[in-house]
Amino acid sequence: MDSGRISRRHVLQGGAALTLGAAAGLRPAFAAETTIGFIYVGSRDDYGYNQAHAQGAAALKKIPGLKVVEEEKVPETDAVEKTIESMINLDGATLLFPTSFGYYNPHMIKMANKYPKLRFEHCGGLWSEKDPKNAGSYFGYIDEAQYVSGIVAGLTSKSSKLGFVAAKPIPQVLRNINAFTLGAKSVNSKATTQVIFTGDWSMPVKEAEATNSLIDQGVDVLTCHVDGPKTMVENAARRGAFVCGYHTNQSALAPKAYLTGAEWNWEALYPKFVKMIASGEGIPNFYRGGLKEDIVKTSPYGEAVSAEARKAADEAKAKFLSAEGFAIFKGGLVDNKGKTVIPAGTDRGQKDPELEKMDYLVEGVLGATS
Amino acid sequence: MADGSIGLWTVPLAVLGGAIRVSTPFLFVSLGECITERAGRINLGLEGTLVVGAMSAYGISYLTGSPWLGVLAAGITGALLGALHAGICSLPRVNDVAVGIALMLFGTGLAFYLGKPLIEPTAPRLPAIDFGWWSDIPQVRAALRINVLFLIGVVLAPILYWAFRTTRWGLLIRTAGESSDAARAMGHSVLLIRLRATMAGGFLAGIGGSFLSLFYPGSWNEGLSSGQGITAVALVIFARWDPLLCLWASLAFGGAAALGPALQSVGITSGYHLFNAAPYILTLAIMIITCSPKRTLTGAPAELSITR
Repeated sequence: MDSGRISRRHVLQGGAALTLGAAAGLRPAFAAETTIGFIYVGSRDDYGYNQAHAQGAAALKKIPGLKVVEEEKVPETDAVEKTIESMINLDGATLLFPTSFGYYNPHMIKMANKYPKLRFEHCGGLWSEKDPKNAGSYFGYIDEAQYVSGIVAGLTSKSSKLGFVAAKPIPQVLRNINAFTLGAKSVNSKATTQVIFTGDWSMPVKEAEATNSLIDQGVDVLTCHVDGPKTMVENAARRGAFVCGYHTNQSALAPKAYLTGAEWNWEALYPKFVKMIASGEGIPNFYRGGLKEDIVKTSPYGEAVSAEARKAADEAKAKFLSAEGFAIFKGGLVDNKGKTVIPAGTDRGQKDPELEKMDYLVEGVLGATS
Repeated sequence: MADGSIGLWTVPLAVLGGAIRVSTPFLFVSLGECITERAGRINLGLEGTLVVGAMSAYGISYLTGSPWLGVLAAGITGALLGALHAGICSLPRVNDVAVGIALMLFGTGLAFYLGKPLIEPTAPRLPAIDFGWWSDIPQVRAALRINVLFLIGVVLAPILYWAFRTTRWGLLIRTAGESSDAARAMGHSVLLIRLRATMAGGFLAGIGGSFLSLFYPGSWNEGLSSGQGITAVALVIFARWDPLLCLWASLAFGGAAALGPALQSVGITSGYHLFNAAPYILTLAIMIITCSPKRTLTGAPAELSITR
């Protein structure tokens, strides 16, 4: 649209879209640029999960011809449907990223059925053949990066006691705890991980108490899986312990204590998605990947990481990046109650759906799922 | 011990450390609410005041580089919110509980809105005094790194207790709370007394918030309070409107909050949700033990809308 010649008709159209858009389902007729909508469950700058997505959105803003609209703190209720409706009808969004787990079913599915010409991409959900074709789900195997963090932690710890501040014992969290522990044990057979569950995704006082209790027990390297790792990172650094980050890079909060971290790499994935659409091939409905696919990454090593630890971690990364890949969860795996959870001889590769149902803690983890 | 671990001693130490670290916001909010309720008003908005206090303290500390100015700013914003509550409640036929709930939502909303740019930066924190210098066990030293605000709160509780009993101001506040007619007969404005009491309560609650953002956990984020303000308001009832009991109740709640994580860290992992609920179970138990159908709660100011 030639912006120099705005006719009365266009002004009326714009006004109608603004005021009546939601009700009438109108869309601006001339979308000169593609509009992409991002919806976050929390605050965009939480040093955590939502900030990682916002960084991905920021990468899209740099691409000419793309317009990004965002909304924060949208609850996992029908509020997200209203947000999606207004992004479509008022902003003209044609590609939507509802990024929180609880948005998927029924909310996003419902919207995808209602707007079959638009594209919906959900983070963390499990798309199946029953779901609409214009919807998709993507996620990253961040346990690969946790495994690398575990290697660095196992070689940095003097007490061989590692700590994990976790929110809830759900499969994704357990998978991270287990991968971190297996990474540490691969280089330090004495290493153990003490886990503390706080009970919810954002409980700053409990997270700080958990951090202090772990350090009182002799733990000297900590990591976490909560929504905002800031509390754990700052409090651990104040007590002189080392930390591995999660979700995004928290090294700015504790430059001396920060070893490395498991980060999402949405700023690499989202532009890739846009290219897939532009080239006409489209985004696969079910999209998963790890370090090799550039969906997750590790933070640059901190100054406290020894040459030995760097070397071991780099070797592990190279294995993940290699053509044949690397299975963290190998056959003969025993949980911390002594039960064999993966029978000998059957390695569970990263894409194995069994891993998305994980309900155990591996040998070497001190703690229980219930 | 060679590996720096202190084994099961972690639990009592964590409860002690937790009592000191976690209790301060409870202590300030409950002392503040104690003053307000003794004057005959309930300010449920202190949850909002706590969050606004935390946000403004963090913001001012970040902008000026002085955490103490942050504490002062938190107190002043708290007092202003208190004045707002008292101002609305002085209109005829206004329910203070409803206003309090409105102010709780207003306060948290305002703090989240204004606090948006403050999540990322790191502000200077309040210093701690090292009371563990005599010990060479690092865990003990860490538990005994005590913030001045905690000490102020501990001193404030007996002072308030004394002031309620023996000073003219204490008597006036109690009169307004027990019988507004008596206060009026003495020639005092009940509304003015309650305004001042609510502002003082807001001031203390704001300072309690500054402890959250400037000392422990020590940064501003939106989940910071997670209901501690409202717990502290309930704690006043639990403590029978007695400042000294508020102190003990706050310490108990702080210690109980540390219990869940500490037990998990020594390997007692079953039922951690139950241990996390310890403070609330404690409250229920004491309420059940001490309640009686034959009389109102002992110590409850007669003018409170819940006892009238």
